[in-house]
Amino acid sequence: MKGYTWRISLILIFIIASCVYLTPTLVDTLPKWWSGLLPKDKIHLGLDLQGGTHLVMEVETQKAVEGSLDLIATDLEDSLTAQNLRFKKIGRLGGDKVQLTLYDRGSADKVQALIKKKYPDLEALPVFDEGGFVNMQLRINEKEAQVRKDRAVAQALETIRNRIDQFGVSEPVIQREGLNNIVVQLPGIKDPKRAIELIGKTARLEFKLVDETVNAATATAGSLPEDDELLFEKRTDPQTGAVSETPLVVKKKAIITGELLTDAQIRIDSQYNQPYVAIEFNSTGARLFDQVTAANVGKRFAIVLDSNIYSAPVIRERISGGSAQISGSFTEKEAADLAIVLRAGSLPAPVKILQNVTVGPSLGRDSIHKGLMAGLIGVLLVVSFMAMYYKLSGMVANLGMVLNILFLMGALSALGATLTLPGIAAIVLLVGMSVDSNVLIFERIREELRLGKTPHAALDAGYDKAFLTIMDSHVTALITAAVLFQFGTGPVKGFAVSLSLGIIINLFTSLVATKVLFDAFLDRVHVKRLSV
Amino acid sequence: MELLKKTNIDFIGMRKFSFLASGLMAIIGLIGIIAIARGTANMGIDFSGGTEMQIKFAQAATTQSIRDALVKAGVKEVELQEITGGNQVLVKMHKSTGKSADQVADALKAGIPGNTFTVESSTEIGPSIGEKLKQDTLVAVALSMLGIILYIAWRFDFKFGVGAVVATMHDVLAMIAVFYVMHREVNILFITAVLTIAGYSLTDTVVVFDRIRENMHKSLKDPMITIFNKSINETLSRTIITSVTTFLAAVSLFLFGGEVIHDFAFALVVGVVVATYSSIFVASPIVALWEKHAVETKAEAV
Repeated sequence: MKGYTWRISLILIFIIASCVYLTPTLVDTLPKWWSGLLPKDKIHLGLDLQGGTHLVMEVETQKAVEGSLDLIATDLEDSLTAQNLRFKKIGRLGGDKVQLTLYDRGSADKVQALIKKKYPDLEALPVFDEGGFVNMQLRINEKEAQVRKDRAVAQALETIRNRIDQFGVSEPVIQREGLNNIVVQLPGIKDPKRAIELIGKTARLEFKLVDETVNAATATAGSLPEDDELLFEKRTDPQTGAVSETPLVVKKKAIITGELLTDAQIRIDSQYNQPYVAIEFNSTGARLFDQVTAANVGKRFAIVLDSNIYSAPVIRERISGGSAQISGSFTEKEAADLAIVLRAGSLPAPVKILQNVTVGPSLGRDSIHKGLMAGLIGVLLVVSFMAMYYKLSGMVANLGMVLNILFLMGALSALGATLTLPGIAAIVLLVGMSVDSNVLIFERIREELRLGKTPHAALDAGYDKAFLTIMDSHVTALITAAVLFQFGTGPVKGFAVSLSLGIIINLFTSLVATKVLFDAFLDRVHVKRLSV
Repeated sequence: MELLKKTNIDFIGMRKFSFLASGLMAIIGLIGIIAIARGTANMGIDFSGGTEMQIKFAQAATTQSIRDALVKAGVKEVELQEITGGNQVLVKMHKSTGKSADQVADALKAGIPGNTFTVESSTEIGPSIGEKLKQDTLVAVALSMLGIILYIAWRFDFKFGVGAVVATMHDVLAMIAVFYVMHREVNILFITAVLTIAGYSLTDTVVVFDRIRENMHKSLKDPMITIFNKSINETLSRTIITSVTTFLAAVSLFLFGGEVIHDFAFALVVGVVVATYSSIFVASPIVALWEKHAVETKAEAV
């Protein structure tokens, strides 16, 4: 194989490409002419190297299904009342049914017709009598429930993305994993606790009327009227930090919900220097708010967020115009975060944090430093060993190894892969393994030389004979690397990416790059002895 | 330079000793696997669920004072481990005692006043993630083993495939045995190291197998054991040199890579040594004995 021009050109192209892709990482400020198609991204560092927070959250999708059944129940109540159909009770039953209890068969038929028209997706179970009443059950089927669950996760993803965008994190990663999980990565975040609270808040905002007929101080969950519930208003004393809880009995049914909001902004009360959140309703919300306040002047109105009462002011007069405010005992940060979650909308279902990994920035810097140090020492050890053992040929192998590292870094950069600490470890390990192909070849060459072949013949025979072995060993190593990539997450995936890319690149450098060096050398210089 | 001149060592003949040693290792490894499955081994929280924090104090804090502060806050079952250099300590709690990282930080703030600290890293993992991870890991190990058997069976022979897998399994078991005996933590990075070494060990084994195949084609008349021994000897210097370079890289990770990957690098170092041993003393002898047995029974049948 004489024509090595194309091989040298290929190597040069790879070297240039790697350098181009690595420039943004190595140079602090890119020169002015560096524009257009030239890459501008630095190598992405994993959270273990730059610090930050990694969250895996599970969307409790069953709650989303239950929530939509609750909505259906409320909606049916309203439609039946509007059509003067009498009913005893309508409510959710278990996780997948809505039950209607009616007084007689006659209205049951009408109700059935109404349901069929309004909710064709729901499956109506046979009507049955119980204790003198007529019971009807509507079931949401598996498939429909799955669709709702799926939508809930997609919607949660969108909401969380909105919140993080407004919170201001550069380069966040927010993605869906599996059926119900959402992975959030927040690199370089300073106050992870605040961010987690912000992301995890369901932010279901409801306005509920306070039921003054029941004494909240003595009320228990059992003694409440059926359409009431017991909630607590939490207040934190700004001086002492002590939390006090005031019980309040409110109507279960929310009059206005957060979906009707168009905007929420933090404002400062000029009189008391207290932060509050100003909210704006859309036209439906504004009309409802106007009606409700007009009908309930003098009564108390509870502003409930995720089953906690923020404040319960008395309605002094009819409020029209569609704006209101939520005040409470919050700090400026809390008010700002509340405004963000109200603007970004509520989560369709609560989320549970399954995994929370937070790495401080100093540990990240320390890890990079140590990883690079270990890498450098590893390279030096291997380089000196090879140079000592194989002399000049060893230096060729070393050159191949350096090319290997350069190409690998270039490829990582070009693919936008993330470099993690185990990834650096993989690269260091590859340094040790990358000379293996050359060792295989050199040992073959030595054997051929012992048989008395000329340097050139020994070289060619060595490469030929080692070829299949190198292929086999690389493919088997690649199988395990691919499996690691498939099942790994986070740092393990980073390790697998570095490892598998390294294996593939090594195949090229050991079979093409080092060979061309030998070929060129033997062609130009007439050697009598090969330095192996 | 040449470390090894042409060698002629009877590796297959040493099988009595090597099989005994390997068998022992494998048994300890199996005990370790049972301990892992039952959760009695030193499991990392990525498998068991729980909370782990790395805390750096401004001044030296004794583990006793930290423990006292935590016990006062109701955290009783906690593992504390000092990290060499820089007043750092690793706090580990399993899910049963599960307190969140914030609660631990609050407890330390209250219990050790006057000694400020920063939380260098904190990890909280729910139990369901651990379960999923366990399943995924088992699937991953099984898949890679299957892939390897198929590839080697296709390239060589079924017997070689089994030999390679036995050798690889041996390395996996030996690594688990070492970690189990030394009571080192079994976590996701350890599993990663094990799979990496599985790949490395295979490379080693395949190189020897390749030479065996080549020599079998060359000299059909020689007895199997002679061919196997000759092949191992011929590839011996390569095996050792590659092991040395990989070992050097792994050792530099172990010594200079920092606390975070200390155990991971240790697993790699152990793995490189074991993998080198197994490609010489385990993989080929098994195939050789199998082949010999097959030849003999064939001869008897004739």
